[in-house]
Amino acid sequence: MGGANGAERKDLRVIGKPHRKVDAASKVTGQTKYADDLVLPRMLYTKILRSTVPHGRILKLDTSKAESHPGVKLVLLGKDLPIPYGALPVSEDEHPLAIGKVRMMGDPVAAVAAVDEDVATEALDLIDVEYELLPAISSIQAALDTPEPRIHEYGEYGNIHRRQAYEFGDVEVGFAEADFIREDVTFYEGSTHLALEQHASVAQFGHDGKLTLWTCTQDPHYLHRSLAKVLGLPQNHVRVIATTNGGGFGGKCDPFAHEIIVSKLAMMTGRPVKICLTREEVFYCHRGRHPVLMSTKTGFKKDGTITAMHHRTFLDGGAYGGHGVASTFYTGVLQPTTYKIKRYKFEAVRVFTNKAPCGPKRGHGTPQPRFAQEIQMDKIAEQLGLDPAEMRKKHLIPPNSLTVNWLRVGTMGLGKCIDKVVEGSNWKERFRKLPYGKGIGLACSGYMTGAGTPIYWNSMPHSGVQLKLDRSGGATVFCGSAEIGQGSDSILAYIVAEVLGIDPFDIRVVTADTDLTPVDLGSYSSRVTLMTGNAAIQAAERAKGMLIQAVSAKLEVPADRLVFADRRVFDSENPEKGVTFVEAVWLAEAKFGTLGTVGSYKPAPAPGKFKGSGVGPSPAYSYTAAVAEVEVNPETGIVVVPRVWIAHDIGQCINPVLVMGQIEGSVYMGLGEALMEEMTYRGNRNVVHKFPSFLEYKSPTTMEMCDVITYLIEDQDSNGPFGAKEAGQGPQLPVAPAIANAIYDAVGVRIDEVPITPDKVLKAIRAKAKGQEGRYGPTVFPRCDMPASIFVPTPEEGGDGKAVERQPVLA
Amino acid sequence: MLRLPKFRYLQPKSVAEAVRMVSDGGPDALFVAGGTDLYPNMKRRQQVPKVVIGLAQLKQLRTTKGKPAQGMVLGAGLTLTEVAEDRRIQHAYPVVSKAAELISTPLLRNMGSIGGNLLLDTRCNYYDQNYEWRKGINFCMKKDGQICWVAPSSPRCWAVQSSDSAPVMVAIGAQVKLISSSGERLLPVAELYNDDGIHHLNKRPDELLTEIHLPPTNGWRATYWKLRRRGSFDFPVLGVATCLRLTGDGTVEHAKIVLGGIGSCPIEATLSEKAIIGKRLTEETVHDAAEAAYSPVKPLDNTDFATYWRKHMARYYVACTLRELGGLPQGLPHPETENSVPALRVFSSGPFS
Repeated sequence: MGGANGAERKDLRVIGKPHRKVDAASKVTGQTKYADDLVLPRMLYTKILRSTVPHGRILKLDTSKAESHPGVKLVLLGKDLPIPYGALPVSEDEHPLAIGKVRMMGDPVAAVAAVDEDVATEALDLIDVEYELLPAISSIQAALDTPEPRIHEYGEYGNIHRRQAYEFGDVEVGFAEADFIREDVTFYEGSTHLALEQHASVAQFGHDGKLTLWTCTQDPHYLHRSLAKVLGLPQNHVRVIATTNGGGFGGKCDPFAHEIIVSKLAMMTGRPVKICLTREEVFYCHRGRHPVLMSTKTGFKKDGTITAMHHRTFLDGGAYGGHGVASTFYTGVLQPTTYKIKRYKFEAVRVFTNKAPCGPKRGHGTPQPRFAQEIQMDKIAEQLGLDPAEMRKKHLIPPNSLTVNWLRVGTMGLGKCIDKVVEGSNWKERFRKLPYGKGIGLACSGYMTGAGTPIYWNSMPHSGVQLKLDRSGGATVFCGSAEIGQGSDSILAYIVAEVLGIDPFDIRVVTADTDLTPVDLGSYSSRVTLMTGNAAIQAAERAKGMLIQAVSAKLEVPADRLVFADRRVFDSENPEKGVTFVEAVWLAEAKFGTLGTVGSYKPAPAPGKFKGSGVGPSPAYSYTAAVAEVEVNPETGIVVVPRVWIAHDIGQCINPVLVMGQIEGSVYMGLGEALMEEMTYRGNRNVVHKFPSFLEYKSPTTMEMCDVITYLIEDQDSNGPFGAKEAGQGPQLPVAPAIANAIYDAVGVRIDEVPITPDKVLKAIRAKAKGQEGRYGPTVFPRCDMPASIFVPTPEEGGDGKAVERQPVLA
Repeated sequence: MLRLPKFRYLQPKSVAEAVRMVSDGGPDALFVAGGTDLYPNMKRRQQVPKVVIGLAQLKQLRTTKGKPAQGMVLGAGLTLTEVAEDRRIQHAYPVVSKAAELISTPLLRNMGSIGGNLLLDTRCNYYDQNYEWRKGINFCMKKDGQICWVAPSSPRCWAVQSSDSAPVMVAIGAQVKLISSSGERLLPVAELYNDDGIHHLNKRPDELLTEIHLPPTNGWRATYWKLRRRGSFDFPVLGVATCLRLTGDGTVEHAKIVLGGIGSCPIEATLSEKAIIGKRLTEETVHDAAEAAYSPVKPLDNTDFATYWRKHMARYYVACTLRELGGLPQGLPHPETENSVPALRVFSSGPFS
């Protein structure tokens, strides 16, 4: 198990309190330096020439005019960077600049370094490129129907990147036990992160042969590895400094072409090189929500018991692998974390298309299946004549149990979450009782607090913290974690302050610098608070131990009577007797020499032992329930969401204001995905992105944002620091299905896909008025040959979490 | 979007000097007031003037003159915020201040001018893209290309008139004053627009729009309903400006119903007007007028929202304006229940007062 996690939980002085963020003042006063704020002497500027065709071979690439353009220092091409890379070792299918072939509109083809941005931009126009157009693929169906030409030469076959098939217990047995079976086909459209900060990077190559890259990345450690690999530099000659991210949401997790390009240009020109992407280029980087087409077949009994679920997904991956293999797993592996599912089969297919690559966006791969599951739960309750809140509560996964697919659930507060939103929204008085046009809907979710396994196989810690105490009484925390606005820097200060009895603002926090800070894997999978927090507790406890020894000797007070509080170390039985924290540090430094401690954290091994069991396990699962209220105008189909009640099982708030901020942000993002956000392309027009702009890619403004009533459920989880679980992603998941369910309550139509735009609602309402099915959504689920499932007996059936040869029970 | 291209900026001290500057500058010179339309276009390289003549400092263009009974005259350089917040305009021409208030965001209304909004470039999501994007589809006929991607067999450009003030000014019968070095002319706003996405303005580049002459307030009433995705930022994908004069017994004696955001110019729904002229506004006549608005609306796939839905919405929005002006309740009782359905909120902004 993962180390200490806050032994003294009774008298918390810092944890659980609404302290300011340590970086708040510098952000609101404009002091924070983002990557694009950096200016170095003799710096060059880069612009990237991008593909103007969706799929093609490069026949000619003439850069001579651009190279001789005044002010241009270098033109970089794909051949200068031949080593492929990618976020996951299993799909290293990217090059910083195209080599022979482009796979999407916006694929990088050449890069110009020049004395300023205007010159670089002019030079792009002087590069002569000719393409041989290849047929382009713009949908899941087209990818399945078009095996040739292949977008990539690897993968399963044709344009299928990845297939996954798992079966936990024999689902046919489960379906045979069911009183009813229903199958719903649903679709969740792709969307992008829309961080305000456009990606920017600055690279510098020193005369010592060492490279430094300042960049807005969420995962400096993984980028460090990719950079060294592609640039052919030893890892210890590469330094990545993650500048404060102006929003990430998963969009700055992958190693990006422009980061490698400026690094290479810095190496070749000997001058610092900068790039700041345009908003359009950020849309092309994407790595956002996969469009996912889903079929969910569920067998259930009259009381709502789920006897079996067969969940199938097709992911539209876009042009590259990225995190896609993990995303594919996530469209299925967390389904069993909320309700008891006796037997579960999961099949997923990711296809390549000539569109911007998809990847991790808040909730990574799970908002889509959660939408499918939660609107189906609403339909099941309707079919059985049960209250959907009561029905869900009856079938919750118990705490401290194993799911059907061998995930270990610790604390589980979903029941309390449901109670809170049911009470807050006055559910019992309003559900199915509101006038036509008004409705409320409920949905739930579970999410992991940190991925249990790293992206590349290793048995080292996932997070490390170094703590330095100096004679000023100062404490400096060093950690590789990247601040993306979520508060990860603050968390470190709060936790160390809590343990050492000092003020969070006494502490300096140094993060996300691969030269200075121990590795933290990055700001993804809701892992940071739990993992850095546990590492910080360990480092702080070790430092505290040294101070205790020194003070105990000096004061002649037994070690177990010493208390750390109010910047003092004192005798709990005689509080007058003590030393200041500074004095304690002096005493300890005199006794032990220069003071420094380390802490680290690694999740416990997962119970599942089958191939692929690494995706899904987590030290702790957070839970969320939400009730959405909607008003639907049946003459226009326009849906307004005035209010959302949301309860989140957080374990323990490190800072309740930051937790609520994450929850409200999640509701906002969920609202956007539910009602309007969509990455759409014009398949018949060279697969251009329909609107790569902040104006025409519609996301909610403050005018559309609903009121949010938040309830925090605290039930400390023994794996979390002070009992804390995640808040950054889970709360988004129930928002879209709660809205869809509320629309059914309001006007009696099912919208089985997002975004739920007014035209879809109106179509369904009109269809219903004509006596047809009051539904809008996909009706056809494509066929695809699947490999035999990896078959794993469920924990209930016994077994040891390993896959077995399939033993068919049904003859 | 790229950064602004380089250009020469001139700041005239008078209208006469401004007109002289543009005439000297020839085709490479453009006027700019708030810049909320021109500068983004320049960043996308849709317009690349060598000389930009700034009007924001010209006090002459920012005055409000006259009395409502004879018709007020608005300086074309008044910001949209000024138009929206001016008490006299709010009182005498509420439709004008409300239309101004529905444009874009507070920040952009602080910069953008009422004249600039009337002259807003037509919009299309094949055109309002950066240079590289447009290169990816080999450009379109409005800029650098040969074809209209919305309707590839069409000989003309179908970019969309997207000003909120235009249909309102047409509906109420406002006029604009255009000044050039060769003289000045007063033009009904209805005649300012051409049904063509490229040559959408009946105005020479060397003419400066200086004034908007609002009609006398002699008993007409008008309203404007705007359809857009969000309660801020968005251009209209349908705007309905309706102006009526009713007799003492409520009979419609004059009607102008003008639709914006669905074609390259404001479109008058003459059949809808005919459906109510000489009649009183009842659910039946409102229904007839709304039905008649359906066929002239032919939205294309070059703005936000599904085209068929925008077409359907024309009926609903025409009905909303007529119900408002006729004092009828918004929202029909639903046949399945006794309750009336909720009226529009937030997403599509109509006047709610």
